[in-house]
Amino acid sequence: MAGITALLILIAGSAGLHFIGKFPPPKAVLGGAGLAIAFLLPHLWFTKETEGYLPLFTVVLCAVYALFALGLNIVVGFAGLLDLGYVAFFLVGAYVGGWFMSDFAVNVSKSTRTINIHLLDAASAKIPGIHLSFWIVIVIAGVLAALAGVIIGAPTLRLKSDYLALVTLGFGEILPEVFRNSDDVPPGHLNFTNGTKGIGPVDRVGMGFLDRIPGIPKTISSNDYRTKYYVILVFCGLFVWVSIKLRDGKLGRAWMAIREDELAASLMGVPLMRTKLWSYAVGAVAGGVGGAFYATIVGTVNVDTFEFSFSIIVLCAVILGGMGNVWGAILGAVVITWFNYTGLTWLGTKVNTAAPDGSYFAKFDFRNLQFMLFGLVLVLMMLFRPDGFIPAARSKQVKIAEQQVLAKLEVGE
Amino acid sequence: MSIAHAEFAPRRPVTPLQIVGYMVLAVGAVCVVVGFIDGPRTFTQVVVIGLSNGAVYALIALGYTMVYGIIELINFAHGDLFMIGSVLAAIFLEERLNQNSSSPKAWLLLALVMLVVMALCSGINVTIERLAYRRLRNAPKLAPLITAVGVSFILQNIGILMNGSAPHSRASVLPQGSLKIGSVEIRIRYIVVIAVTIPLLLMMTYIVQKTRTGKAMRATAQDRDASLLMGINVDKMIAYTFALGGALAGAAGTMYVQVNGTTRYDAGFRLGLIAFTAAVLGGVGNLLGAVLGGVLIGLIQALNDSALGLFPGQKWTQTVLFGILILMIIFRPGGIFGQHQQEKV
Repeated sequence: MAGITALLILIAGSAGLHFIGKFPPPKAVLGGAGLAIAFLLPHLWFTKETEGYLPLFTVVLCAVYALFALGLNIVVGFAGLLDLGYVAFFLVGAYVGGWFMSDFAVNVSKSTRTINIHLLDAASAKIPGIHLSFWIVIVIAGVLAALAGVIIGAPTLRLKSDYLALVTLGFGEILPEVFRNSDDVPPGHLNFTNGTKGIGPVDRVGMGFLDRIPGIPKTISSNDYRTKYYVILVFCGLFVWVSIKLRDGKLGRAWMAIREDELAASLMGVPLMRTKLWSYAVGAVAGGVGGAFYATIVGTVNVDTFEFSFSIIVLCAVILGGMGNVWGAILGAVVITWFNYTGLTWLGTKVNTAAPDGSYFAKFDFRNLQFMLFGLVLVLMMLFRPDGFIPAARSKQVKIAEQQVLAKLEVGE
Repeated sequence: MSIAHAEFAPRRPVTPLQIVGYMVLAVGAVCVVVGFIDGPRTFTQVVVIGLSNGAVYALIALGYTMVYGIIELINFAHGDLFMIGSVLAAIFLEERLNQNSSSPKAWLLLALVMLVVMALCSGINVTIERLAYRRLRNAPKLAPLITAVGVSFILQNIGILMNGSAPHSRASVLPQGSLKIGSVEIRIRYIVVIAVTIPLLLMMTYIVQKTRTGKAMRATAQDRDASLLMGINVDKMIAYTFALGGALAGAAGTMYVQVNGTTRYDAGFRLGLIAFTAAVLGGVGNLLGAVLGGVLIGLIQALNDSALGLFPGQKWTQTVLFGILILMIIFRPGGIFGQHQQEKV
């Protein structure tokens, strides 16, 4: 059944990309195949064996991280601004999910005890608190994250690139601490974030009118990872489209001009601040949406999730795939997320069982190599393949142009 | 825009942003005064703790500032080098030499271990520079920065492998007692740290200011190409800078374990950021500034942790320190002493 659907997607996708998207045939087939694989990914999970190396949960996380990577790709890849605090947007999105999709609102203070707001939600009307529809929450999360991006960006974006990296890192460290400590805010012991205890459980995602389509449930139950995956896939698709449209449009060209040479860009009349702020805002939207979605996947919002290493995972994804390349970012995210959540453990147990008893590798916990993986990816990629595994088309063109110039210089023209 | 500003507007009008900056300073001053009134005795003790921590921060901050001064790279991995130093020192002293209580022999071995760790850390730092940063010296600016973040993570992982992923408590061999001056009790180990740091800093100053190599280093920092033309081996000078910074980080690591009694793999990330804040506070590239910034940050952190008077207490430490970092970078990127330098075109 799934195989037939995948075949249909392959054919329809390729045809659509070729005739509507005006892609050349090889690229269209490649795109169609990508779509088919993306569709098939959660269906590979039907034996005990596949669950060992590709649990459905990891598949969902791969898709969520792909969304994050797409967002960071706009900031780092397109605009060339190193953001080491992407976790801030993830945090904002996740907390928006927690606030507006759970009974947490009753805990804020004594006067909010009886609060009971329901709007197109999937939660039982008896549960108090604020329960908005997931689709509304996603919009709020995106908007608030974009706002956070503008607030963080406005004072900092005029800094030099290395200082900018540090300031964003600082924000990424401060924000979790502020949220951790905002469970007892002075006027009247207000509890905004529940501190280290976290917010939960987060409501299920209601599918609204879509449940009339066969195969789509009314609400996504907590272990229905397949449907969760498809929902996030739709967002990824949307963001790919937005990324490409922006990249090829006026804004994208301005971003790349800034990335290549800020001074030249400003002399050509590119408004630096506004253009950079846009990249922050758009990149943040993906972080916020992904964050809110993450809250519904995991079902709780815990402040300890929002660590610096998250920002680095996403950065690794972008760099591995190729800065500035949308498809590279997705591929990088899938690879890095798989290694981080499943691959290391899976390969580790393989090595552990293969190694002779009593030797060092028989007991070695490979999850301890997580940071090494990120570090090596960053260092080796920068040293040997700074353009990533799928270099952006533009950087290829730049390379060719450079070589041509050099060749001319050597000839002495 | 920047040229015009630099040349024709020596005094810029006070902007609203600057007013915010002064207000933050005023709030800080009020906090200090109220803290002193709240508990003068505790306040004095806290100041000594702050000075001792500040001495360690100064040692780390120097490594940042020197490297930034010479190749304009924020060496993210520097804090983690300090962490490696602290873990190495603890392993040597406690596990290899079995010293876990205070005795003259232990102090001697501590001094020895400190020298060994300093040598090892400078070796590691030079190796990192050779393998990772040197190849990227002429690459776009993001590349070395990202590499430094990567090296930082690799070092953290080495820390996990050596120290475990949980904090590891370590015995101190410094005397446990405290000095009584009037009604104020000051622990001896804090004084020891300060006493060890000062000669190190003096030595550093001597090397940089008085020796031939130091002169060449300063020349390289000022203008790399011109130094090259003057016959200075620039690669060697940069390696030398990394070696000096690494040695200071090793010393800082050794002292840190003795005072705080724990080693943890993520200590370098946090302390590195704090030390970088110190470097920014004193003006990145300014050696004396880094020392003073380190001491200042140490004091601010200790006062904040003490929760005296208006200080918010330990759970807000990161927010306070990184808040300072962000405010400094935005408002006074040249540091509290330095002139704000417009970027040259």
